[in-house]
Amino acid sequence: MIERSHLGNVLAHLILIIGVVIICFPVYVAVIGSTHDATTIANGNMPLVPGGHFLENYYRILFEGTKSTTREPVATMLLNSLIMAMMIAVGKIAISLLSAYAIVYFRFRFRMVAFWVIFITLMLPVEVRIYPTYKVIADLHMLDTYTGLTLPLIASATATLLFRQFFMTVPDELVEASKIDGAGPVKFFFDTLLPLSRTTMAALFVILFIYGWNQYLWPILITTRDDMQTIVIGIKKMLAVVDALTEWQLVMATAVLAMLPPVVVVVAMQNLFIKGLTETEK
Amino acid sequence: MASITLRNVDKVYAGGVQAVRNVSLDVADGELVVLVGPSGCGKSTLLRMIAGLESITGGEIRIGERRVNELEPAERDIAMVFQNYALYPHMTVFDNLAYGLRNRGVPRAEIDRRVDEAARLLEIEPFLARKPRALSGGQRQRVAMGRAIVREPQAFLFDEPLSNLDAKLRNQMRIEIRQLQRRLGTTSVYVTHDQLEAMTLADLLVVMNKGEVEQVGPPLDVYERPASVFVAGFIGAPAMNLIEAKAVNGRLTAGSGALDLPAPAGVDTVRVGVRPEHLHFGSADGAGLTLGLTVDAIEPVGAETYLHGHLDGSPRTTLIVRVAGKSLIPPGTRIDTHAAAGDVHLFDIATGKRLPD
Amino acid sequence: MEKRAIFSNRFLPLALIAPQILITLVFFYWPAIQAVWQSFLIEDAFGLSTEFVWFENYQLLFTKAHYFRTFTTTMLFSFLVAFLSLTISLLLAVQADKSIKGAGVYRTLLIWPYAVAPAVAGVLWIFMLNPSLGMIAKAMRSAGIDWNPLLNGGDAMTLVVIASVWKQISYNFLFFLAGLQAIPKSVIEAAAIDGAGSARRFWTIIFPLLSPTTFFLVVVNIVYAFFDTLGVIDSMTQGGPAKATETLVYRVFADGRLGSDLGGSAAQSVILMFIVVGLTAIQFKYIERKVEY
Repeated sequence: MIERSHLGNVLAHLILIIGVVIICFPVYVAVIGSTHDATTIANGNMPLVPGGHFLENYYRILFEGTKSTTREPVATMLLNSLIMAMMIAVGKIAISLLSAYAIVYFRFRFRMVAFWVIFITLMLPVEVRIYPTYKVIADLHMLDTYTGLTLPLIASATATLLFRQFFMTVPDELVEASKIDGAGPVKFFFDTLLPLSRTTMAALFVILFIYGWNQYLWPILITTRDDMQTIVIGIKKMLAVVDALTEWQLVMATAVLAMLPPVVVVVAMQNLFIKGLTETEK
Repeated sequence: MASITLRNVDKVYAGGVQAVRNVSLDVADGELVVLVGPSGCGKSTLLRMIAGLESITGGEIRIGERRVNELEPAERDIAMVFQNYALYPHMTVFDNLAYGLRNRGVPRAEIDRRVDEAARLLEIEPFLARKPRALSGGQRQRVAMGRAIVREPQAFLFDEPLSNLDAKLRNQMRIEIRQLQRRLGTTSVYVTHDQLEAMTLADLLVVMNKGEVEQVGPPLDVYERPASVFVAGFIGAPAMNLIEAKAVNGRLTAGSGALDLPAPAGVDTVRVGVRPEHLHFGSADGAGLTLGLTVDAIEPVGAETYLHGHLDGSPRTTLIVRVAGKSLIPPGTRIDTHAAAGDVHLFDIATGKRLPD
Repeated sequence: MEKRAIFSNRFLPLALIAPQILITLVFFYWPAIQAVWQSFLIEDAFGLSTEFVWFENYQLLFTKAHYFRTFTTTMLFSFLVAFLSLTISLLLAVQADKSIKGAGVYRTLLIWPYAVAPAVAGVLWIFMLNPSLGMIAKAMRSAGIDWNPLLNGGDAMTLVVIASVWKQISYNFLFFLAGLQAIPKSVIEAAAIDGAGSARRFWTIIFPLLSPTTFFLVVVNIVYAFFDTLGVIDSMTQGGPAKATETLVYRVFADGRLGSDLGGSAAQSVILMFIVVGLTAIQFKYIERKVEY
């Protein structure tokens, strides 16, 4: 290792600390903002220390909602976000596991066609087919339903490709040993392949949970009823009034609540998160 | 237990590559047969065809009285030990051993009994609760063997099971496999590219080359009477000396007379083979082989010494002489060697087949 | 690459792959085909009749000056977001790679904004940069800086760029750090023995060896700026003021919501599709190169 000067180390720490401060400051301000009352914030003199309205603000936002804009309490939104994120993550993992298993471990007619059909969806993100997809959902009467919210986001090439890549690294001999041990395709899948895929599944789950939780465009189109809103949409709607009427202390409390679950997932499962992130992008 | 019979077995891959050609073989009940040959000779393919992991393009395979061509691997009642062991990494050693039995609906008490017995036999009892990654290479090898044993199958199939072990452990496991197979008396087919392993393990040796069987026989028979130039060169280390010789006036000769040997009737050119240990110092009487060579290098390996040299008058014909103990002959020395007539092998120059004695 | 050991079964694989294929066809292909078809149609003002007009919708689009403006806005926005977030995260990753004490703690403190939704990131920064009550806005005002993103297009662009960059730093940081750690230490040591100083080592050894990661991240960041920032823009500026922060994706979103010009909106979607295809193709070229490498 090359020896580094004391000064160089200090400089490295200094740059990193500045980076961390810039990254963390907005969230700190949001947390502080969520503990003051509306007037303190509105007159533009909010101090950088917590105020005394923490419980009041969070109680109000969780169980009552804002006065004029979203009406719905944030607890409902949190539940909606949770359901959406879970359905997307679990659904994606399930159908990708199955399709990757079919593509890797079987030979059937149109196998390559199927592979390409899935693969090309990489080039069709929801943003480029917004309104036609909306129309399909509307025609299927799935507006304002969890199915409509999640089903179109469940199919993705990324997860299938990731599982395919992982399956390719599983030694052929394990399949052969299973065959000799009397296990057919279904038994091999559940007894051997699934347990071996646990880490990959967990890493993918972390990424997909965040992906699902943070969805914006799709829920804003598909949900019209207030009680179907997700929290990310809810925040945006709290802002959408004349500036003076925005209850900033409640918006900040909602923002904190909206960040909390995915951030906790990332920090608590950091290694899985990093594994998931780097592997889905290959 | 059962015999294994192969009749005119062929394997042609979809691309048209013929991996196995017209192989017929009889493995008697309780016998250990070793398939040996260089990589790509079709030995592993043949084994996997017996296991049911590769389809059979032509011919017939029987295990016991049953034709197994169309049967699934699980239905063939065989067990296999893989080169990389193929242990289920997420299962404990116990579960690895029990898995195949559970799939067959063997009662729990019986599973426990068989696993305990196999574990005792292989001395892996202390590791039953561990996962494979917590085991050493040798221990994994034993678990792989155990998985085969508990099944009490009609036959064991071994696919280069020792090639992932270091040299010392390989020798030890080789002896253990031999003893175990004798003790259990289970018909076994064993694939290896290591001719020493093949020689020491086999009841019956099958030498394969380019998808075909070159020779079948007890190991010492194959060693002493190789059926072709290929077998002669492949079995035995250091390899047999092979010299092309011409018949002149009833004598075979090469290298301006440095090689001398009575020629059989009707032979024109021929390949002469003699093992390094059959060459002794001094000239032969008229019946045996005389070889004059110049020593280029000496290779002492302890108990014996290999003299590397070339045939006089033919620098490109390299020869090896095996001498017991140490040798003080310096490189550059010219020596005369001879071999008894019975230790000399003659092969057809065109077909490579052994000439009738 | 194919597996040697497979199962033979006629119907099981079809059943296994059916769910994904079905969802893909219904929610991906059908809408995409619809978008292409719609882009060739013009509906009359009352929605009573439609006419097949070939590329007229596209022609109309490109004759409109503000569509070009949206194009240039998108390019500027993407360039700023990609350049700034890559530069900042590379600087941070290089420091964190210097095997100094607490590198793990810094990593944890730097990566979590990845988990923050773009729309929420927008809200956080608005709170600080809101001209009437934001604390940073106030500080700028007292420093004599004129700051009004509600009226000034440049200020609004700054606003959305800051929030977008902030959110993307963590992602780039992680990949840069992984890329740096993959460079063999012996190569850097060899350079040091060859007399290269710290800065020289970075530009002649580390940066070139990091170029596959950098190239990959450039593509990913452009995709991010194009598509994923919709939440940032919608929560902060709604494309305003006077469309100064309207990107291509935001325009499709906003135009379609008004629901007036279906054909024009579809044509915009199709153009976006071509952009994604292009970006994906570049990304795959990169993957191929990596495989050879």
